[in-house]
Amino acid sequence: MQTYYSDLLVIGAGLAGERVAVDSAEKGFNVTCLSIVPARRSHSSAAQGGMQAALGNCAKGEGDCPDVHFGDTVKGSDWGCDQEVARLFADAAPIEMRRLAHWGVPWNRVVPGQSFYFKGGQKFEKYEKPENEGLITARAFGGTAKWRTCYTSDGTGHAVMCTMDNRCAQLGINVLDRKEAIALLHDGETCMGAVVRCLRTGQLEAFISKATAICTGGFGRIYKATTNAVICDGGGHIIAMDTGLVPIGNPEAIQFHPTGIVPTDILVTEGCRGDGGTLLDVNEERFMNIYEPEKAELASRDVVSRWMTHHMREGKGVKSAYGEHLWLDIRHLGDKHISTKLREVDEICHHFLGVDPRTELIPVRPTQHYTMAGIRTNKDGAAYGLKGLFSAGEVACWDMHGFNRLGGNSLAETVVAGGIIGAKIVEFLEGYETKLKTEIVTQECKKQEQRIKDLISGRNGSENVYDVRNDMQEALMKGCFVFRNGPDLEETVETLQKVLERAGRVGLQSDGTGVNHELAAALKIKGQVKLALMIAKAALDRTESRGSHNRVDFPERNDAEWLTRTLAYWKEGETLPELQYEDASQVFEIPPGERGYGGGTIIPADEQFVKERTIKKDK
Amino acid sequence: MGRELQFEIFRYNPQKEGDQPRMQTFKLEETQNMTLFIALNRIREEQDPSLIFDFCCRAGICGACAMVINGRPGLACQTKTKDQPNKIVLHPLPVYKLIGDLAVDTGVWFREMYEKTESWVHTSKTFDPTKEEERMDNEVAEQIYELERCIECGCCVAACGTARLRDDFMGAAALNRIARFVVDPRDERTDKQYFEIIGNDNGVFGCMGLLACEDVCPKGLPLQNQLGFLRRKMGITAIKEIFRK
Ligand SMILES: Cc1cc2nc3c(=O)[nH]c(=O)nc-3n(C[C@H](O)[C@H](O)[C@H](O)COP(=O)(O)OP(=O)(O)OC[C@H]3O[C@@H](n4cnc5c(N)ncnc54)[C@H](O)[C@@H]3O)c2cc1C
Ligand code: SF4
Ligand code: SF4
Ligand code: FES
Repeated sequence: MQTYYSDLLVIGAGLAGERVAVDSAEKGFNVTCLSIVPARRSHSSAAQGGMQAALGNCAKGEGDCPDVHFGDTVKGSDWGCDQEVARLFADAAPIEMRRLAHWGVPWNRVVPGQSFYFKGGQKFEKYEKPENEGLITARAFGGTAKWRTCYTSDGTGHAVMCTMDNRCAQLGINVLDRKEAIALLHDGETCMGAVVRCLRTGQLEAFISKATAICTGGFGRIYKATTNAVICDGGGHIIAMDTGLVPIGNPEAIQFHPTGIVPTDILVTEGCRGDGGTLLDVNEERFMNIYEPEKAELASRDVVSRWMTHHMREGKGVKSAYGEHLWLDIRHLGDKHISTKLREVDEICHHFLGVDPRTELIPVRPTQHYTMAGIRTNKDGAAYGLKGLFSAGEVACWDMHGFNRLGGNSLAETVVAGGIIGAKIVEFLEGYETKLKTEIVTQECKKQEQRIKDLISGRNGSENVYDVRNDMQEALMKGCFVFRNGPDLEETVETLQKVLERAGRVGLQSDGTGVNHELAAALKIKGQVKLALMIAKAALDRTESRGSHNRVDFPERNDAEWLTRTLAYWKEGETLPELQYEDASQVFEIPPGERGYGGGTIIPADEQFVKERTIKKDK
Repeated sequence: MGRELQFEIFRYNPQKEGDQPRMQTFKLEETQNMTLFIALNRIREEQDPSLIFDFCCRAGICGACAMVINGRPGLACQTKTKDQPNKIVLHPLPVYKLIGDLAVDTGVWFREMYEKTESWVHTSKTFDPTKEEERMDNEVAEQIYELERCIECGCCVAACGTARLRDDFMGAAALNRIARFVVDPRDERTDKQYFEIIGNDNGVFGCMGLLACEDVCPKGLPLQNQLGFLRRKMGITAIKEIFRK
């Protein structure tokens, strides 16, 4: 078997992974990055909106600073985040954006003079100062007090990903694509790399390293309807969880977006509603104005998703070959607006639906979008439970997003966290030596080979992996979607436990040779169902509503009992995850309060507790 | 009831001993808004789980799913079956190494391209985290972005006569990449340095200018303009070199 050695092994070559890799490589350490697809195809390149950093260069960003950004982030998280982490993030974000500019990102820049912008369909005027000409500019995004979102035209993720990958090429970092990690190498205390399946040959390989960083992005694909790429399937979460030592933080915290198109769940921007688009039901009647008379379509992502789901459950959905959906109507915005301001939406409608949004309705439904849930790390990015294991980006629960992340904050997180954690890994590597235990490598590789043989031979059974996956996805859509309640969650847990048993009996229909996709799916199906069970069980036990976690039977945000973070462990041989809890934040710069949107009542935390933890920032 | 679609798909798994390249037929009922992404996944999940093909974003932004669709290179995820005849013939992209069935190795090809073109900003400046960013004209930033929109799908190279004949031809994507750095004021490379990379038959002078690349580019990149721009620039550099000698 082929064996590779490096100081740092980064699993995942999206923005977070490559940013982590850069620091170690700059310091002369030997770094290998693995990715399922060529790095630039990572999901980071799909983000079009932009990334938040309080540069305060543009007119509508005047007066912005890391403190304001910090405040928005904490409120956005519904006080579920770690405030020390949110502070680290907000302070470092502007520097990181400038660094990206130095490396080559073509950020849009301030153009001096008068210009116009639209808000709620109305035209306003702004004036950009001549002295700021050529500095990085910003646009507006939901949930932010200032214009803070740095961008490059309509392709921020793509542009930043290109630059980061160029930087890796320049530093000679070994970025290997078509490599999928399927297990970690560890002795119960220390992580020593990973077992990897080569997606060119189908062979197993061992990657041995002093430090390992998991940066594999979100796991949206365990839901049926998701905006995520097909490779966002939880592989990184699974290899960490499978150790039994590393917990998944806040598995119940999953974000949904109101307007994924049907059938492919590709995202159409929030701008459609921002600019005056409306949502219609099967009778082509508006309904958001009934549920939310004031804000209607412009209520927050979570709120709109909830009402859409409710309305479909009332039988007002449109039936289709791909399940029920509703309509998004932007016809009244007119040709000029659609072909300029909403060009991208126009293109998506054209390419994926064959629909002309000037004259036709767009089929949409709420769709899984982002996982706040993830591998729990401390503020240095070190995973709980295993020495030498780190994690960054969407896969991690570092935890600056708490129970809801703000638009533009996750792309920024990938590079900011990547930078901070990359530097911490350098500290770790300096002067660190590990003893390689070859028997661990041999044992783990044998175990994985056996798993593959069993799947191919059908030794465990002949369940079809795609059927099992489908049932898992359906169960999550039913019980762990935008609305949750006790009885449904209990049922979901039971259903998923049965699905887990079946996942143990999967056998391949094909012969599994080479880069066989059925085998890839089969290798992770059990892990996926376990993740699904973590979501369902954590959601069942969390008897409150916070951020994206909405319990119909417990509508209050209960700070008295639930100002906590869930830690979900999967111990070998168990049929349910073990749930533990820790305080959401050790300190409060901003004591728990109202978010300023989304309504809902709050059961306050103990005053003394809050007082003891409240700190003044020493600046 | 939708149409019954007939798919003719190229099959060959190089990892399988004794496997022979061949075409295989699959049938599928067309549903509303069906794309090749939906169709191929259904074929794999319902009919033949050994079928190999690549998709990633399934939204036309990552470039993973390029293949030859009824004779023309394009992105499978943004191809609607309703725009195709009943019979849909699918081949892998030529030029690139075959992984299996419809999947090819664009990753290694493009990685080599980054190395050839030294695809990064060459600057002698170091980053100072305490300082304000260096200023840039917004129009220049937008110009750079327009050239950086390439998703490395490989369609242009697959459609290029020169690239099919000669392994060492850099192709439109590589030349476009150079153009991106030529317009970037942060890159300190001189024309002479660029000339050393592309001023030869493997680069700008190997291109026959037949436009196939631009025709198939799913992002509509202005590949012809860039080729012309570089050819003029490199022509001038070549002349200068001759007189200097
Ligand atoms: C449609 C869409 C639009 C978005 N728009 C915005 C936006 O405008 N602003 C914003 O801030 N955020 C946005 N987001 C969120 C943001 O894009 C992501 O959270 C972020 O890019 C994640 O980056 P990452 O580096 O953590 O992971 P990714 O970019 O997803 O990279 C994951 C990497 O891991 C690799 N990998 C996965 N599993 C394995 C394995 N088992 N072995 C080896 N490698 C593996 C993959 O190949 C890939 O290289 C958007 C998300 C979506 C879905
Ligand atoms: S114009 Fe040049 S690069 Fe483009 S297809 Fe023709 S020969 Fe190839
Ligand atoms: S230039 Fe166009 S066709 Fe060529 S690789 Fe880039 S996006 Fe694809
Ligand atoms: S799958 Fe990404 S472009 Fe087709």
